[in-house]
Amino acid sequence: MIPAAFDYHRPTKVEDVIALLEEHGDDARVMAGGHSLIPMMKLRMADIPHLIDLQDVGGLGGISIESGRIKLGAMVTQHEIINHDGLASAAPILREAALQIADPQVRYMGTIGGNVANGDPGNDMPGLMQCIDAQIELIGPGGTRSVAARDYYEAAYMTDREDDEVLISISFAAPSGGHAYEKQKRKIGDYATAAAAVQLVKDDGKVASVSIAMTNLSDVPVWSEAAGAALVGTTCDSAAIKAAVSAMLADIDPSEDNRGPVAFKRHLAGIILSRAVTRAWDRA
Amino acid sequence: MNDMTPERDERAANLKGLGCSRKRVEDARFTQGKGNYVDDIKLPGMLHGDFVRSPYAHARVISVNKDAAMALPGVLAVLTAEDLSPLGLHWMPTLAGDKQMVLADGKVLFQGQEVAFVVAEDRYIAADAVELIEVEYEELPVLTDPFEALKSDVVLREDLAGQTEGAHGPRKHHNHIFTWEQGDEAATNQVMDNAEVVVTESMYYHRTHPCPLETCGSVASMDAVNGKLTLYGTFQAPHAIRTVVSLISGIEEHNIRVVSPDIGGGFGNKVGAYAGYVCSVVASIVTGRPVKWVEDRMENLMTTAFARDYWMTGKISATKEGKITGLHCQVTADHGGFDACADPTKFPAGFMNICTGSYDIPVAYLAVDGVYTNKAPGGVSYRCSFRVTEAVYFIERMIEVLAIELDMDAADLRRINFIKKEQFPYQSALGWEYDSGDYHRAWDKVMEAVDYEGLRKEQAERVEAFKRGETRTLMGIGLCHFTEIVGAGPVKNCDILGLGMFDSCEIRIHPTGSAIARLGTISQGQGHATTFAQILATEIGLPADSITIEEGDTDTAPYGLGTYGSRSTPVAGAATAMAGRKIRAKAQMIAAYLLEVHDNDVEFDVDRFVVKGAPERFKTMKEIAFASYNQAIPGLEPGLEAVSYYDPPNMTYPFGAYVCVMDIDVDTGVPEIRRFYALDDCGTRINPMIIEGQIHGGLTEAFAVALGQEIAYDKQGNVKNGTLMDFFLPTAWEVPNYETDHTVTPSPHHPIGAKGVGESPHVGGVPCFSNAVHDAFRPFGLKQTNMPHDHWRIWETANKLGLHD
Repeated sequence: MIPAAFDYHRPTKVEDVIALLEEHGDDARVMAGGHSLIPMMKLRMADIPHLIDLQDVGGLGGISIESGRIKLGAMVTQHEIINHDGLASAAPILREAALQIADPQVRYMGTIGGNVANGDPGNDMPGLMQCIDAQIELIGPGGTRSVAARDYYEAAYMTDREDDEVLISISFAAPSGGHAYEKQKRKIGDYATAAAAVQLVKDDGKVASVSIAMTNLSDVPVWSEAAGAALVGTTCDSAAIKAAVSAMLADIDPSEDNRGPVAFKRHLAGIILSRAVTRAWDRA
Repeated sequence: MNDMTPERDERAANLKGLGCSRKRVEDARFTQGKGNYVDDIKLPGMLHGDFVRSPYAHARVISVNKDAAMALPGVLAVLTAEDLSPLGLHWMPTLAGDKQMVLADGKVLFQGQEVAFVVAEDRYIAADAVELIEVEYEELPVLTDPFEALKSDVVLREDLAGQTEGAHGPRKHHNHIFTWEQGDEAATNQVMDNAEVVVTESMYYHRTHPCPLETCGSVASMDAVNGKLTLYGTFQAPHAIRTVVSLISGIEEHNIRVVSPDIGGGFGNKVGAYAGYVCSVVASIVTGRPVKWVEDRMENLMTTAFARDYWMTGKISATKEGKITGLHCQVTADHGGFDACADPTKFPAGFMNICTGSYDIPVAYLAVDGVYTNKAPGGVSYRCSFRVTEAVYFIERMIEVLAIELDMDAADLRRINFIKKEQFPYQSALGWEYDSGDYHRAWDKVMEAVDYEGLRKEQAERVEAFKRGETRTLMGIGLCHFTEIVGAGPVKNCDILGLGMFDSCEIRIHPTGSAIARLGTISQGQGHATTFAQILATEIGLPADSITIEEGDTDTAPYGLGTYGSRSTPVAGAATAMAGRKIRAKAQMIAAYLLEVHDNDVEFDVDRFVVKGAPERFKTMKEIAFASYNQAIPGLEPGLEAVSYYDPPNMTYPFGAYVCVMDIDVDTGVPEIRRFYALDDCGTRINPMIIEGQIHGGLTEAFAVALGQEIAYDKQGNVKNGTLMDFFLPTAWEVPNYETDHTVTPSPHHPIGAKGVGESPHVGGVPCFSNAVHDAFRPFGLKQTNMPHDHWRIWETANKLGLHD
């Protein structure tokens, strides 16, 4: 648990971050809260000769809610998400999910940007961002660009972000309707055995629209369009939920690990989704 | 003149002696971050060591190339087996009569085995140098299953080739270590053959790890000028370590000082000797500078002593009415690559022969076969006396299985078979003499406290509701009545490496009426500095707050065998009381002299000696202490000191009755502990608050082991749970609420009647949690499912029983 030697950079401007990334290429990585990267370095699974700490970089923090659009700076911590009153009422699913991430100590340091950018299939925020159809803003040598969370993840730890780009913010329309973030884990601090994010709009006693994303059940977060489609127009009765679960199961691809064999994970994914849908429906 | 003398009760209370919930004196430093652990020790010029470890579970080591590492600035040495062999230190003896490689000698036998030891100016350079060492391996077939190992042509221990006799008798196969038999096999089989009811069950008590918060480590400092070696380390038995170091290094024992500083939990993990200790000593001799080695969490989990890994098959016979007539137990014990179990020499399977439990079983037989595999060595007693968790788990599962066979309530079945109060001292079929117990009283108290009948009624209603589809949650009622065997032990049958398992206490009373007492034990969190002072306060009449307890420095403490197996209170606690009584005997003579009466005319009264029949005439212990230093008393030496080496006449047998009420979500496999009721009888209670803490801690480790904690291997011998992400260490969030209770049945042979308590909750807790899981599924036909009962295994149990659609 002793990392290899590295140079530590602590720039104050985004341009300087980009310059460092351009200069050092593959040898450099940016660090937000560090709670994924530092353990990887200590295990010597990540060798990073140039570590660029984003803590002092201006303009990467803050939560803004304007005319129905929510924007989170990359350096917003899970702790800030949990304790931001405006956010809790505008997008309560974020608070519900953040409270299920790690433990308070980690949430003081862990950031939304790091959680989303890293591409770890165990992280909770990527699936949630797909559920609420967030846009990810990246900056690189050529300026800024925006990519949908639903298009961002390619494989475990592989994303649409280029090596010389930095995730600077995440934005999305304030979600409407009922929500639920349901997660089963073995203990505090663990990644999900299975988790589901559901945002559901009810109209006239029926599901008007719904968005469903699953976490840690594939090497990327899984936004299941078909699962949502199975619910639209229904009264969220058990047959409809069953259909949604079947559709979701066609989209996930869990693998066996210490959390259990594939059969268990698939069964659990169905249970977790059913519970999330039921709760979102009740709240809608 | 005595108007100001406090009342007797008040004087007793001021002592804070036996029975007082005195706050722990250790906690001021621990809660303020002022503890002094091995890693806090920093000596001038100190170097740092780190290991190159094998990525393979079984491989030949073809070559080790140190060149690149030695070229790294700041690297002073790289040690391999080749470097240690001229000193004869490339292997070391184990506590179990086997030997173990210090550094890989031609091959490795488990993943993570030590191959080379790097010594560098700082910890970072050492870690970098480890990466630069090139080791060429040739992979060999891996054996992780002990049954397969006993059939395999693959020879794990080539060094033992041709040796058909091991430390504990004949070896049946090249991967076989020993067979240990207890009891009467023929008589047991005869009873089984003729029994009205016989039931057989097999169970696996999985491999796990004690995982103390502080990992293992040492700092060795060889003073080349004086020829003195000082060794600081995470040692649960510092004196034994000193003797071992002397025996294997050839350094005379008076030139070795071993110090155990504050220890952050041991739970058996810190009883044995590790390669890191030896390498730090050799490196200090080679470099002439102090050398520190402290392992990280993964090294601790993957390579230091594991616990359990017992495959147990039981056969129990009974009458139709449920009276048990016989017990048969066959164990295949996976010991890993070397036999490094920490057991008394004559007990290669520890006290597994306590497996008749709390029950009056007339005849029994136990056989344990130890087997080598490609796993880490160990087999220590994780928060239990030697292999007692395995024994209690075995019998408490067999009772449940028998109850199913007889279609009886498991609480009633236990009650029918408990050893009765009047049967103590009780001679068990497997050779132990239980000192005292009142099992029926404890059991009935618990059954009433939890409203057992009400719980069973609720459970039956829940099953009906489940069958009607109204709930997906089942309810389990876990029962356990355990009998521990602790306080090893009598020198006549208990030794470690030939060292008798007595323990010791040395007391010095200072002139102003305070004292220091030193013991051969070492606290790892048990609170010895608090409780031993309480024993003494009651014995010698000086306040506990005026008594310093010191342990762990072999230059000052009297010889003792250390702290594990709940032996400190039964053995060193007894020595403390006996040494205190020697002090009191001398104090009586001093008091008589000062009061100008005959020795027999004074008697002890809380904190003083009074003239019999004239309580206004007295001398306090404080006055007596001063007098011992300033009066020339005819026939008495000055000063007030005493030493006691206590060889216990028997073990002690704490017991307890536990109930766990659990709700299980059959769809997710998530168990919720609704209630946990723990009644413990540890004999005389020294500090109820510390007992309460011990019980909470032991139950929490039981909760962990029963519900998720394991060290598992894949087919290639890779450890699957080498970090705290996967190794279940519960936090306050997961831990259930505990209700504690007690009865007091003193040990008749212990000076103060105390039996020891630190491990009871773990021993009784594991089967109680596990039985709750089993009990939930009993109405659906479950007989046995192995621990750990984590979410997926519980789900799988439900799935196999057809409870999912």
